Amino acid sequence: MDTNPPQNDAVLPKVLLLRPSALTLLPLAARLRAHFHLLDPLDSSEPAQSFLSLRCRSVRALLCLFTPFVPVNAGTLDLLPSLELIVVSSAGLEHVDLPYCRRRGIAVANASAAFCEDGADYAVAMLIDVMRRVSHGDRFVRAGSWPVQREFPLGFKLGGKRVGIVGLGSIGSKTAKRLVSFGCSIAYNSRKEKPHVPYPYYANVRDLAANSDILVLCCALTEGTRHIVGKDVMSALGKGGVIINVGRGALVDEKELVRRLVRGEIGGAGLDVFEKEPKVPDELLALDNVVLSPHRAVMTPESLEAVQELIIGNLRAFFSNEPLRSLVQHE
Amino acid sequence: MDAIGVLMTCPMFAYLEQELEKRFKLYRFWDFPSQRQFFKSHSGSIRAVVGNTKLGADSALIDALPRLEIVASYSVGLDKIDLGKYEEKGIRVTNTPEVLTDDVADIAIALMLGVLRKFCGCDAFVRGGKWKGGDFGFTTKFSGKSIGIVGLGRIGSAIAKRAEAFNCPISYYSRSEKPHVHYKYYPNPVALARHCRILVVACALTEETRHIIGREVMDALGPEGVLINVGRGAHVDEPALISALLEGRLGGAGLDVFENEPEVAEELLRMDNVVLLPHVGSDTVETCEAMADLVVANLEAHFTGKPLLTPVV
Repeated sequence: MDTNPPQNDAVLPKVLLLRPSALTLLPLAARLRAHFHLLDPLDSSEPAQSFLSLRCRSVRALLCLFTPFVPVNAGTLDLLPSLELIVVSSAGLEHVDLPYCRRRGIAVANASAAFCEDGADYAVAMLIDVMRRVSHGDRFVRAGSWPVQREFPLGFKLGGKRVGIVGLGSIGSKTAKRLVSFGCSIAYNSRKEKPHVPYPYYANVRDLAANSDILVLCCALTEGTRHIVGKDVMSALGKGGVIINVGRGALVDEKELVRRLVRGEIGGAGLDVFEKEPKVPDELLALDNVVLSPHRAVMTPESLEAVQELIIGNLRAFFSNEPLRSLVQHE
Repeated sequence: MDAIGVLMTCPMFAYLEQELEKRFKLYRFWDFPSQRQFFKSHSGSIRAVVGNTKLGADSALIDALPRLEIVASYSVGLDKIDLGKYEEKGIRVTNTPEVLTDDVADIAIALMLGVLRKFCGCDAFVRGGKWKGGDFGFTTKFSGKSIGIVGLGRIGSAIAKRAEAFNCPISYYSRSEKPHVHYKYYPNPVALARHCRILVVACALTEETRHIIGREVMDALGPEGVLINVGRGAHVDEPALISALLEGRLGGAGLDVFENEPEVAEELLRMDNVVLLPHVGSDTVETCEAMADLVVANLEAHFTGKPLLTPVV
């Protein structure tokens, strides 16, 4: 008699794992393997295409970590005839062909619920930093300039400022709630107006910018949002305007932003993301009205833990035929 | 009113000087090489002093100005002002409460976010060209962390309101428990420190509150605890703070004020678990203008026989 029933892969549901080749994921992998039979093309000597087409025909779920080495597009998805679910570890879905998924009835679950508080906290932090010159002040003190120079430039009050949020998803809405407590007034732009939201809606970002002192970018990067903050929006925002970007670098026409910052044609910027990370335009390094961050908005152990739990929760729910914890609704 | 002599103790804000000059005869104390000479020549003309917390109107100044009727402080803090003496001599005193409450509360939250999320360190990392060499690493989540407030006055309450938007549970210590307040009260700062992750000093500086944050409070706050000071440098035993940080008995600190401003201890300048600001709590264009307007309005009210707007004495 078999006294040790094999807890082996034959028993566990299959999940195809797509990840960047540089990513090591030991703790997460161990947790996943407790519940799922992980198929990882990077663990195989076979080329990815053939691994997918030969070994994944019956795979129903795909886990996509960060930006995987193969894009989650039609070419990849065509090799997975049984696929019903894609779980991603990010808020952004720019690497997933959503219209294709909709056509094939593949559900998509993302992870913004896991780190939206951290994302909102960081957006607020960068906004206060730019307005009140926090990093500049810290730099000033550390350089020993305070006893020498005595005077430090005044910042700007947050209360009464009009904040325009681009993308009122989970990060955008939590950012709004926090900023309200500082006395800011909120307006937003989103693909569609949201019912039951207490803030005024603008159908396009240019109009939002024309009515805002500060723009906070919290939206996903898609074909429709690439360079959504360009010349027109920056002109509408005006000379004293501030741009905070915790979305993706490509949401902003970076060259244009740098040009305006250098020429004093825009008030300031707080940037956690850039078009060609980790490359940051040199001109920005010399500016005191700019706050720079190396894509850290959601990088806390709390968020990391929450993402892992959410991923596992979504996959387990799927295989138990229960509702997904963070299904992305197609609009 | 141009003949009324107003003495300004030190440079504060150009806009304030302009507004005073429009209405009064303004004497800039720092323009006179000899104080003795100044008093000899002009003490009879000075009926008002505009001071701040760097240079208030102290006993010696009061004694040297026989026609002094009013001191309008360009500050909310009155720690440099001998209130008893003013009352005795019938000299009115005004300050600038309320207008700077929001700005100071905003800086308190900025310091909390700064220590936990290390955005100053992140900015320095990028400016130093280090991002190409690798990622910055993880920082600590702020939302939901417990916050203890020392002093639940206007500024303390404004801090609490903001922290609640981040889902932070709030507790406080005050001289006495406040009715109608739904935050948990602790009867002393050590007990408060034991029960929160982030402790923020937002009370007035008085005899009793000098060094209210000492070694015992810091040890109670602990290796993961964070101290935020937007009060006065003298609220915190600074050498004790430095050892606590160096020894890891305290997790981090966000400081807008120091015992010996503008000097800041070398050891602090090298730490990556602190955020250091050059006393900018109320340093916004909007608030400085509002404070200046209030100083001028108080002086105008006094000299036209109307009630003072924000009298302290």
